[in-house]
Amino acid sequence: MGDKLQEEVKILSNQKVGKSYFLLRLASRKISAFASPGQFVQIKVAADNEILLRRPFGIHRVNKNTFDCLYSLVGAGTRHLCRKQPGSRLDVIGPLGNGFNYALTAKRCTLILVAGGMGVAPLVFLAEKLMEGKTPSAKRKVVVLIGAKTKSQILCEREFKKFGCSVKVATDDGSRGFKGKVTDLLNNLLRETRNPKPETRIYACGPRPMLKVISRLSIRYNIPAEISLEEHLACGIGACFGCAVRTRDGFKRVCKEGPVFPAEEIVWNQGG
Amino acid sequence: MEPKISISLGRLKLKNPVMIASGTFGYAREFSDFFDLKKLGAIVTKTITLRARQGNLPPRTCETPAGMLNSVGLENPGIDAFIREKLPLLAKTGVPIIVSIASEAGWQEFVELARRLDKIKAVAALELNISCPNISRRSIVDSPQATKLLISQDSKATYDLVKTVRKATRKTLITKLSPNVTDIAEIAVAAEAAGSDAVSLINTLTGMSIDAQSRRSKVAAGIAGLSGPAVRPIAVRMVWEAYQKIKIPIIGMGGIIDDLSALEFLIAGATAVSVGTANFVYPRVTIEIIEGVRKYLRRNRIKDIKYLSGSLNL
Repeated sequence: MGDKLQEEVKILSNQKVGKSYFLLRLASRKISAFASPGQFVQIKVAADNEILLRRPFGIHRVNKNTFDCLYSLVGAGTRHLCRKQPGSRLDVIGPLGNGFNYALTAKRCTLILVAGGMGVAPLVFLAEKLMEGKTPSAKRKVVVLIGAKTKSQILCEREFKKFGCSVKVATDDGSRGFKGKVTDLLNNLLRETRNPKPETRIYACGPRPMLKVISRLSIRYNIPAEISLEEHLACGIGACFGCAVRTRDGFKRVCKEGPVFPAEEIVWNQGG
Repeated sequence: MEPKISISLGRLKLKNPVMIASGTFGYAREFSDFFDLKKLGAIVTKTITLRARQGNLPPRTCETPAGMLNSVGLENPGIDAFIREKLPLLAKTGVPIIVSIASEAGWQEFVELARRLDKIKAVAALELNISCPNISRRSIVDSPQATKLLISQDSKATYDLVKTVRKATRKTLITKLSPNVTDIAEIAVAAEAAGSDAVSLINTLTGMSIDAQSRRSKVAAGIAGLSGPAVRPIAVRMVWEAYQKIKIPIIGMGGIIDDLSALEFLIAGATAVSVGTANFVYPRVTIEIIEGVRKYLRRNRIKDIKYLSGSLNL
């Protein structure tokens, strides 16, 4: 990447889109041009250094000269961010990290996107790219499974449908769609599509326990999976070695070698 | 006239007094996307041990008010892989490379590391990390009475170690001190007496942060090292205390995040400054500090930065 990963970008909008969700649109020709699905940006949410570290946000959508981040209000950092007004500027570093591998050659394939909670954010960008790659001659099916605690936390269903993906929803309390975990939904789906199996792949983003189950399913059904790890980051640029994750090949940095990893690489026990 | 900002640490000459603190810069390549590395005064590498270290279990860091805790645990590829894979790229920056070293077991390891690095031209100086709070303490100090201490928490152990390593290398030797002591000046005096060319202070302060819901420490190791602007007043005070007792140069660090905070250290008696945690937040900060210090000298008509060091008005 070029000489300047850090820039002051203008906030175009920062709107509440749900109970505690916000959609941030930022102007950056560079990030919109170079970002790929699964990558993230590091935003300095507070100008003073009481809240010292930057916060990572997955790139949610990319348009011409702009990009979006979808975030939920989780702590002091996002509380700061949600008060930022359009027209003001934010200090942003990005795009960072290794994203999903979405360059597919197979003519027929089934791609399953599994989103847990805020994990939908980067998968919308991925779904868009996957559907773009669809040509009339290629049979490409994109299935999106969205999991959340309850109905009001189901995000982006409409966006996925707009791209032509088929969408299934799971809620812990059964207030929408399947009652249970999104991983149960995935298990059911994999069992059904087991035979015959065109080239199938799983892409997932969400909380650790979900990703752990998906890794197990990926091994059981012998379907490759790429998972994006959510992690607190200190630097986000590979300098601090703080965001270590245990892999078969020793510790790797979530921010630099990740955040997307092949599922089979991750060692889940032992603090991994 | 342009003020003179070059400084010396022992025989090592730096074109400016702004350095990178150990463990906060990856292996430098990570920062070449942000600025021209050539502009730095010096780079202190991540601490290297004889054997490769995996580092501690995650989570390794957490944010705290105006700072952060870390317990990375000196993850590094070991001296051989460092020399083979990391050092050539570091040397290519054209900036003096100061290799930080630590021992996992006894002094012999320090001596061996120093001997190995002594022969390498690309190594400008060595920094003895005898103050990392994140590795098991038991094996570090040989004396049985001192088993719970880091070397830098005992002036006798500091003296003996520096003296021993001094014999093993002709390179400029910097000793990095721990702030987790009663009297930092006493340890600094011991390092000076043993032949250290300079001292770095401070390493991180030990700290802890707890998640009330899970009642667990937010960092897996429990106790971790605190850094960032939160520690700065302590660091500045310690530089001032050490400055009054020693003659060798002090490299001041601890929460430097802009030119004004770097100037605090210089005025308190530091000859040079190192920037650590701020690199994580503002990758270009070192360059801005160099410019800021230069401007300050110009504005105040100070011809040479050496007249600023220790110029605190009492």
